[in-house]
Amino acid sequence: MITLIDGLSLGSIYALIALGYTMVYGIAKMLNFAHGDVIMVGAYAIVITLSYTASPAVAIIAAVILCTILGVAIEKIAYKPLRGASPLAVLITAIGVSYFLQGIAQLVFGSQPRPVSAVWRQLPKIPLLNDLGITTAAAVTLVCGVIIMVALNLFIKCTKTGRAMLAVSEDRGAAVLMGINVNRIITVTFAIGSALAAFAGMFYLFQIPNAEPTLGAMPGITAFTAAVIGGIGSIPGAMVGGILLGVVEKLCLASPLSSYTVAIKFSLLIVILLVKPTGLLGKITREKV
Amino acid sequence: MLKVENIEVYYGMINAIKGVSFEVNEGEIIALIGANGAGKTTILHTITGLIAPKSGHIYLEDKDLTKLPAHKIVYLGMAHVPEGRRIFQQLTVLDNLKLGAFSITDKAQIEKNLNYVYAHFPRLAERKNQVAGTLSGGEQQMLAMGRALMSNPKILLMDEPSMGLSPLLVNEIFKIISEVSKDGTTVLLVEQNAKKALSIADRAYVLETGNIVMEGKASDLLDNPRIRAAYLGE
Ligand SMILES: Nc1ncnc2c1ncn2[C@@H]1O[C@H](COP(=O)(O)OP(=O)(O)OP(=O)(O)O)[C@@H](O)[C@H]1O
Ligand SMILES: [Mg+2]
Repeated sequence: MITLIDGLSLGSIYALIALGYTMVYGIAKMLNFAHGDVIMVGAYAIVITLSYTASPAVAIIAAVILCTILGVAIEKIAYKPLRGASPLAVLITAIGVSYFLQGIAQLVFGSQPRPVSAVWRQLPKIPLLNDLGITTAAAVTLVCGVIIMVALNLFIKCTKTGRAMLAVSEDRGAAVLMGINVNRIITVTFAIGSALAAFAGMFYLFQIPNAEPTLGAMPGITAFTAAVIGGIGSIPGAMVGGILLGVVEKLCLASPLSSYTVAIKFSLLIVILLVKPTGLLGKITREKV
Repeated sequence: MLKVENIEVYYGMINAIKGVSFEVNEGEIIALIGANGAGKTTILHTITGLIAPKSGHIYLEDKDLTKLPAHKIVYLGMAHVPEGRRIFQQLTVLDNLKLGAFSITDKAQIEKNLNYVYAHFPRLAERKNQVAGTLSGGEQQMLAMGRALMSNPKILLMDEPSMGLSPLLVNEIFKIISEVSKDGTTVLLVEQNAKKALSIADRAYVLETGNIVMEGKASDLLDNPRIRAAYLGE
């Protein structure tokens, strides 16, 4: 039971990250391999801010703003000039951006792991949950994760910009005919994806003792796997895939198979793609003008 | 209203449109007919900016469209029902229609346009919460037209609205095109179904491998022996 809650909580972190991959893929038709490193920047933003102030609220705001700006800047500087270039060129650029961010992080934050501040690690215990063995961190992550995902869904379903995002993701040419500025929608998508990465980064700090420049790699690749399992491009798919991998990971860790956790996580991808090549909730997409 | 001046369009090295000029006046229904691969779709895509011409100009009420990004064109009052409908399959009928009105900010105007569309396509009103991909072919064509009409266009471009529809549905769609035209919308109609297109058009242009080879009053073209042989299957 507790393992399950922990799994759901880790899963909602993966889901938040997977949403970034899947939305960018759906709308800009590219894999943003630097997404994991935006999580790292968000996590560092928390750690650094908390070394100056004891207010988590300030740290959270700083992380979200920094990541959003970073995500939009990456898109404008690195990806936008490549619009219409071959997918391979874009992919290589994305990997380059990823290494660039890790390099910059080493320069700015140092390569030594930085311990996560006590304010963040030692959250006040919530009496009732604590009796059940559920940590405050797990509860906070799960509740906030769910709230963020519900808000995202409402935004996409109920606003003009959200509908435009769905339209661009389904048929860019037809969306342009409606008067939708695709570049603007791509910018919005990177901004939202990066803000979600900031939240994922801060929740991920509950899971690890130290912040290091490569901390985004593992959650990044896991969430990417989750996005593919769910069906890349599908928003509900990213959520399902993320939660699934989080639960599987925690269940494995708690079982005698714990040393095979990583292998099991990634084999799940192969098994699911063998059974359903488009991912759990993926659709067959046709390429259009 | 719409003036196309000597446009040339290339796909890589292939010269798909070889200097085409034509004009659509306010209130007219103009048919552009031609066989498969003649370049009809290419011309419409060039007009709405999805493809850039190598040379030539396109004017909508004296504004040069070739200098505008494609997404700005609908704001000038031109809507395009693309070949193959290209409705947003995963969204509901209503969401598709709302996207058609993306260029309009006035809520009351959107409501008015929605009522106009529902009046012409009662079927869409009945199915407004249905996912568009599950509509029948005819309903999808109606949705594509309705979506374009949601932007309140002065001129409507239509690419083969009869494609894949039963004769009964083709009649229904063409009846609605005439009605929309009577309501004051100018229409540029691209069709392979030359007989149908010429029967509702005022004037027509005949396109062959990237060139306009004939033009005239639709009724004259319907009587023209060459047209009858080549396009009306007689
Ligand atoms: N994306 C493309 N790349 C290369 N050539 C193309 C492309 N699109 C169209 N063409 C070529 O341009 C020519 C005109 O095509 P277009 O689609 O405009 O014809 P059409 O008159 O609309 O035909 P149809 O009635 O079959 O729709 C054709 O020879 C076609 O092969
Ligand atoms: Mg065509």
